[in-house]
Amino acid sequence: MTGSLPRCLIVAIALAACVASANGGDIPLDQRRSGYADLGRDTKAMQDDDTSNPATLWVLDGEALWNQKAGSANRACAECHGDATASMKGVAARYPAFDAVQKSPIDLEQRINLCRTERQNATPFAFESHELLALTAFIGRQSRGMPIVSTDEKLKPAIEAGRKLFMQRIGQIDMSCAQCHDDNWGKHLTSSLVPQGHPTGYPIYRLEWQNLGSLQRRLRNCMIGMRAEPFDYGAPEAVALEAYLMWRARGLPVETPAVRP
Amino acid sequence: MTRAVSLAAAIFTALAGGGFGLADELRPYQIAGGAIAVSLTGTPGDAARGRAIVVNRTVGLCLLCHSGPFPEERFQGNLAPDLTGSGARWSVGELRLRMVDSHKLNADTIMPAYYAVDGLNRVAPAFRGKPLLTAEQIEDVVAFLATLRGQ
Repeated sequence: MTGSLPRCLIVAIALAACVASANGGDIPLDQRRSGYADLGRDTKAMQDDDTSNPATLWVLDGEALWNQKAGSANRACAECHGDATASMKGVAARYPAFDAVQKSPIDLEQRINLCRTERQNATPFAFESHELLALTAFIGRQSRGMPIVSTDEKLKPAIEAGRKLFMQRIGQIDMSCAQCHDDNWGKHLTSSLVPQGHPTGYPIYRLEWQNLGSLQRRLRNCMIGMRAEPFDYGAPEAVALEAYLMWRARGLPVETPAVRP
Repeated sequence: MTRAVSLAAAIFTALAGGGFGLADELRPYQIAGGAIAVSLTGTPGDAARGRAIVVNRTVGLCLLCHSGPFPEERFQGNLAPDLTGSGARWSVGELRLRMVDSHKLNADTIMPAYYAVDGLNRVAPAFRGKPLLTAEQIEDVVAFLATLRGQ
């Protein structure tokens, strides 16, 4: 026992070291922090209080859409899914999820649009449309406070692809996501604090946008900043990156709808 | 005909904004002893123009990551070393290599190569085939950084 244990430990430590060096600088799990932690007191208060959180308007519109009949099937989300406070609890915490029919990971926006086309015989909502953001915010709100979950083995290839994208330098400025959000979080890019980049609160109300926006919109912002060609909305690369980011944020609580500068 | 073509090229260059057309090519340079000893343009840069490039957040981009002796500039970054004293720390040739392609000194640096167009991924169409700065701009910035000798 005493002879074999250290040997096991050595193997484990060696394996851990291999993983760590292959990952570059993954943030240790206990050092991860939501961007919320670095908000000013006013912005925190805005997020925490539904009556002052601007995203509440979208959540309420999303609730109305949830109960509204749509498409040639003349069917509301609620007719299949019932009371969202029960049926949607925890759902946003585990998206992107693997869709057996599509045989690929899909994010929550794509899930909503699949329900529209497949179940309601309705036209899909455009990405970043008020309706899609509203329903996503309403569904996401039902998971507020619940830990992000990323345990589905079928997501592994997408998570691995997303990790590669996160590590890849892009654009004329030639920087990777990891170079800021793994290696330099907590420092300042001009006036902006570089966050760790955990997608805990999407869709977010971003003060800079004066609007609600999706994680994909936020990712496109960073890519455009790097003078890179952004991923198209709904592109497999974008969903893979979302899947990686959710895995990376596993265990952190959902804040949807969050407020950010 | 030739005039029409060159006019079109001039308009294209103007629209592209960088003063660097797709037809332009990077000027050759030689690295020796951790430095590029010879000016990319063959002439020294202009330090005053260089300062304007350094503090311009959409041209030089320097202050996004660096801070420096620019008391009038609010919100300077701290992802990278302070530029104060750059000219005392590095020779002109060393500064030139750091501007042209810092990756030659440190493959993992976050400092972009300001004078390179190869080996990049997913560059947006408007910036494809163009370096971050022209040879003239690099020389101006190098000339300015060389003046930063204080502490």
